[in-house]
Amino acid sequence: MKLIKFRSALAAALVFALVFALTACGGTGSGSAASGSGAASASSGAASSAQKGGEVNVYNWGEYIDEGLNDQFEKATGIKVNYTTFDSNESMYSLLKSGGSSYDVIIPSDYMISRLIQEGMLEKLDFANIPNFSLIDDKYKKLEYDPTNEYSVPYTSGTVGLIYNTKVVTGTVDSWSLLFDEKYSGQILMFDNPRDAFGIALKYQGHSLNTTDEGELNSACELLRSQHPYLQGYVMDQIFNKLESGEAAIGPYYAGDYLTMLDTNPDLAFCRPKEGTNWFVDAMCVPKGAKNKANAEAYINFMCSTDACLANMKEIGYTSANKEACEKYAADLDAAAYDIMFPTEEELKNCEIFTNLPAETLALYDKLWIEVKA
Amino acid sequence: MKKTRAFDPAESRPTVGGRIFTGLIYFLLYLPIFVLIAFSFNASKSRSVWTGFTFKWYGELFRDSGIMSSFYLTLILSLAAAAVATVLGTFAAVGFYGMKRRWRAAFLEVNNIPLMNADIVTGVSLCLMFVAGRAILGYELGFGTLLIAHLTFDIPYVILSVMPKLYQLDRNLVDAAQDLGCTWLQAFFKVVLPEISPGIVNGAIIAFTMSVDDFVISYFTAGSKIMTLSMRIYSMTRKRVPPTINAVSTILFVSVLLLLVIINVRETRQEAAKKRRQLN
Repeated sequence: MKLIKFRSALAAALVFALVFALTACGGTGSGSAASGSGAASASSGAASSAQKGGEVNVYNWGEYIDEGLNDQFEKATGIKVNYTTFDSNESMYSLLKSGGSSYDVIIPSDYMISRLIQEGMLEKLDFANIPNFSLIDDKYKKLEYDPTNEYSVPYTSGTVGLIYNTKVVTGTVDSWSLLFDEKYSGQILMFDNPRDAFGIALKYQGHSLNTTDEGELNSACELLRSQHPYLQGYVMDQIFNKLESGEAAIGPYYAGDYLTMLDTNPDLAFCRPKEGTNWFVDAMCVPKGAKNKANAEAYINFMCSTDACLANMKEIGYTSANKEACEKYAADLDAAAYDIMFPTEEELKNCEIFTNLPAETLALYDKLWIEVKA
Repeated sequence: MKKTRAFDPAESRPTVGGRIFTGLIYFLLYLPIFVLIAFSFNASKSRSVWTGFTFKWYGELFRDSGIMSSFYLTLILSLAAAAVATVLGTFAAVGFYGMKRRWRAAFLEVNNIPLMNADIVTGVSLCLMFVAGRAILGYELGFGTLLIAHLTFDIPYVILSVMPKLYQLDRNLVDAAQDLGCTWLQAFFKVVLPEISPGIVNGAIIAFTMSVDDFVISYFTAGSKIMTLSMRIYSMTRKRVPPTINAVSTILFVSVLLLLVIINVRETRQEAAKKRRQLN
């Protein structure tokens, strides 16, 4: 609870900082940024011609890698990895915008990548330096967020599903309706962020989760408001504790995280509702003006290798974008876990990726979310 | 008029209720830390279900290069910031002490600003300054900027804890020492410094703790290559916070506790020795 409050406070602060940075710098800011990137590209040329190993600044989600891989990369290439982590796409975005950063590799999610592309904040990749891109499964290439696939290389993906306690929930579960069932009042958890919560409501009502239609969003809002009295609470990470301990019985979360929860509480089950759900892709990109672009591409290439993807998958539990790694991983998996980790083509057709919404829709989201939680 | 005896806390005997109340307060104050320590020994990753005793998170902690590098960074940064801030802060305090009252009041007021200022404002303004300076001087945000940022909020704490000790100091002592042949500098090191040293040590400890503790200001000034421990922990929320964090927090808590115990024991011993000397 406290963490979430702190996070929203921090998010507000970051927005504040961003506005500050933008207004304070104003016209001169963009000028200095341009001259800065000019200097950066000059020095990157010097670095790549010197070929003394150098370094690469990587910015990834927290707990989102097998850390041994960074050491392996350093040993193999002599390039030093400065590895730092972020907690949300939005905080990463603000830090990138503030101009105080100098990252070479960032790993945001789909909708944030399309936003970064739209705002010209990403560098086009030189795929000649990333031969392992050929190992990436074709279904992860040229997705909506990067239609020409010039800016990003997929890292991991996953789907949102319904996790429930079989000791409490009886009967077959195949629909989001469970989340709106009065019978389980007080046992249900819901995502504590508007995009995911509305996504589920929209899908349940048969709409796209990227809709900009005001009527559809309003009816989703009504549905979420009617759900509010049955909820035990709006949660993010606390869902682990609540479902593992049996304090709550039903909640939506990520497939990979379900397998982690299952280790502690074997009564939990997972389902991808028939109405469809959200699937996400996190991908590696190079921010505009990165000083070590060649090193960044070497790092991305390394992370695409089958061994690296396999190690990551074992560590994080999210599905890798590398086809071969998935096949090797699947070999040691029992059938039930396999179905959870790897949705069928049929199921994926039903799933949607979040895309970057226009500003007025995002504003509507904020307004409706306040109504839902009121 | 009947004379009533004034209430004296030292003389009043604690009642049973009072004792229970005090115990309850301490229990509640330290409960979160005990829970944290207990779950650093939990066999599973869960933070709510106890599944058995293990040391494995401590083992994993030392194998986690990310957490360990942040741990070392935090330790080195906090020690460096505390050391520099203690020296600068002590001299600043002595300087304030020697000023005219009006100027001293003004400077102490300015000294309070970094303390009263919201961290976020300090952090953002430092970030803006460093980014602007980078365009001119061509450095990168990193350990240097982080250290400067930490000094800005550490120094005022040192000044605040040294000042009272200076006020307590008898001004005549310095005059006497100089009368007896000390230069000013000798008088400072032989008379003033030993008298104010408890304040200096306190200031150093507070500065160290504040540096370890800080998240917001570090977040804005650390640049893209390094992360302090608090930044590392904070960013671990994509997947949930692993028990290795409980392990590292336990180690931190126990070390600080040991440090405090050592300091307290030393102080009581010194005071006892002082009393004995006075009696002889």
